[in-house]
Amino acid sequence: MSLWQSFLEAIGSLSANKTRSSLTMLGIMIGVGAVIALMGLGEGTQASITGEIESIGTNVLFVSSGGEADNPEALTIRDAQVIADPSLAPSVKNVAPVLQGKVEVSIPGESTSTSLVAITPEYHLVQSADVAQGLPITDDQLENYASIVLLGTDVAEELFNRTTDLIGEKVRLNGQVFTVSGVLEEQGAAGFGSSGDNQVLVPLTTAQMRLLKRASSDEVDLIYIQANNAEGVPAAEEEVAQILRSRHRSTLGEDDFEITTTQSIVDMAETITNTLTLFLGAIAGVSLLVGGIGIMNIMLVTVTERTKEIGLRKAMGARKRDVLSQFLVESSLLSLGGGLIGIMLGFGIAIMVGRLISIDAVITVEVVLLATLFSAAIGLFFGLYPANRAASLEPVEALRSE
Amino acid sequence: MSEWVVDARDLTKVYQMGDVEVHALRGLSMLIEPGEIVAIMGPSGSGKSTLMNMLGCLDSPTSGEYYLDGERVAGMVDDQLADIRNRKVGFVFQGFNLLPRSSALANVELPLRYSSTNGRSRRGMARSALEVVGLGDRMNHRPNELSGGEQQRVAIARAIVNEPSIVMADEPTGNLDTKSGDEIMELLLSLNHDQGTTLIVVTHDPEIAAHTGRVVNIRDGRVVMENNL
Repeated sequence: MSLWQSFLEAIGSLSANKTRSSLTMLGIMIGVGAVIALMGLGEGTQASITGEIESIGTNVLFVSSGGEADNPEALTIRDAQVIADPSLAPSVKNVAPVLQGKVEVSIPGESTSTSLVAITPEYHLVQSADVAQGLPITDDQLENYASIVLLGTDVAEELFNRTTDLIGEKVRLNGQVFTVSGVLEEQGAAGFGSSGDNQVLVPLTTAQMRLLKRASSDEVDLIYIQANNAEGVPAAEEEVAQILRSRHRSTLGEDDFEITTTQSIVDMAETITNTLTLFLGAIAGVSLLVGGIGIMNIMLVTVTERTKEIGLRKAMGARKRDVLSQFLVESSLLSLGGGLIGIMLGFGIAIMVGRLISIDAVITVEVVLLATLFSAAIGLFFGLYPANRAASLEPVEALRSE
Repeated sequence: MSEWVVDARDLTKVYQMGDVEVHALRGLSMLIEPGEIVAIMGPSGSGKSTLMNMLGCLDSPTSGEYYLDGERVAGMVDDQLADIRNRKVGFVFQGFNLLPRSSALANVELPLRYSSTNGRSRRGMARSALEVVGLGDRMNHRPNELSGGEQQRVAIARAIVNEPSIVMADEPTGNLDTKSGDEIMELLLSLNHDQGTTLIVVTHDPEIAAHTGRVVNIRDGRVVMENNL
């Protein structure tokens, strides 16, 4: 019998038991749906994290105080200036020391808490902090401890319900009056709640004096460093390490600073999300296995019910492989059908959940193909035993059964 | 072409039932000419079902030789048996054994689906077989829309659709009332008469047997008496 004939007969016998067939398919549907949804969300999370990290720039590294040493010396503006010296660190292109903290931003009647980043003009080169309206922070403002602030779009929305026409407006940062000198370009959602849109930027010197007091007046929290290019990152890392070791007199002991490259964060994030995605996928895979066992179960029942029919078909000349393929086609159709609906279901769930947690679910062709193949394979695998049982029936015995 | 359509010699069949050996056939021989009608009679346990299974190539004998239309059946493996059943044997069962969800036409087509016949000639052959049994106007009815007699006609059409060498009918009227039963016997006899179909009827009803040309009585796995009517 041709495969097409088997296909038609399988459709016929599956639709004769609609409730049973759909319940059996439901098992596979849920399994495949869960796999697709979790894989899609996992990939989406990964893409969003990677994208966010890479938006910093792949040629960027940053230095923070700490490391392995017991009593780390704080980083200072002086450290940043030395690193910026091309004769000492030829692979370094730009250096941007920053202070970071929380700040209460308010106007009469509105107030919001947000991240404060205190920067030098180089920050605009090193980080994605383009100014949509107004002007970036200048050296002049830095020298004059200017009371100006650049608002992220979320902060602007929160306070003024608009992101335009804000230049010259007054806001209070922790109660002190600052003039809005610009609004940052919108960066979009970035996963895990943190957002480049929910921050304000002020000149480093202003913050040191009035907003983020540290133990020493020229202390900074982080130094962003931009290497000449992505390939120069390892060289820059080494040069910066040498400079800081000699300046912090830690050449012999443990480093009291830590250098992080974008690539190392991307790698780490990918490792974590990959593990998470695989783990969740494996859990979803278990339900697929259960669905497969459901198929086997129902196929065994079907074979028992249709013993007489199998005997008849054998008497009419059906060979072993005719009976085998008839039942295999049936079980594969069950799981493939469930799989295809499951893919759509998973798609829907991934997109909906993705919207809720503002992640764009990424469902790749590979995942869809894999799910399709996998569900067909489940049908074949779990259908094999029942089909083989049917094919091995003795025609005489089978015809005699009721 | 052999002189005999059925040439069975010294057939034995031994079943192993636990520790006990059951001798269902004990050296049975039978020769049937093309175009004959033979009734096989015997009480239950006589071995007539086993004989039918052997002659219908549903099972192979433990020993002995069996040639069906010149082909040696003894010693065939399962798929070879399936193949020769498909080409040379038509079955009519007591309980009709139609596929309930398929139309009469699809039921009659079934044996052809397991042969290499292509779709179009399959349909044509099934149509003409249904016309032969007088169901040309009910081809698209399902079994549950047909009377018992009509269902058996569909089964007969299915048995003759591949122009087999023998048609095995196992109590073909057993599930029918007298009138339909008589009609079915008439149909089988007319098929034999008009188309020269060789017919082997297994029955315990002497009236049915009386319609045939030759009655073979089986007891304890042997032929005990043959009457040529």
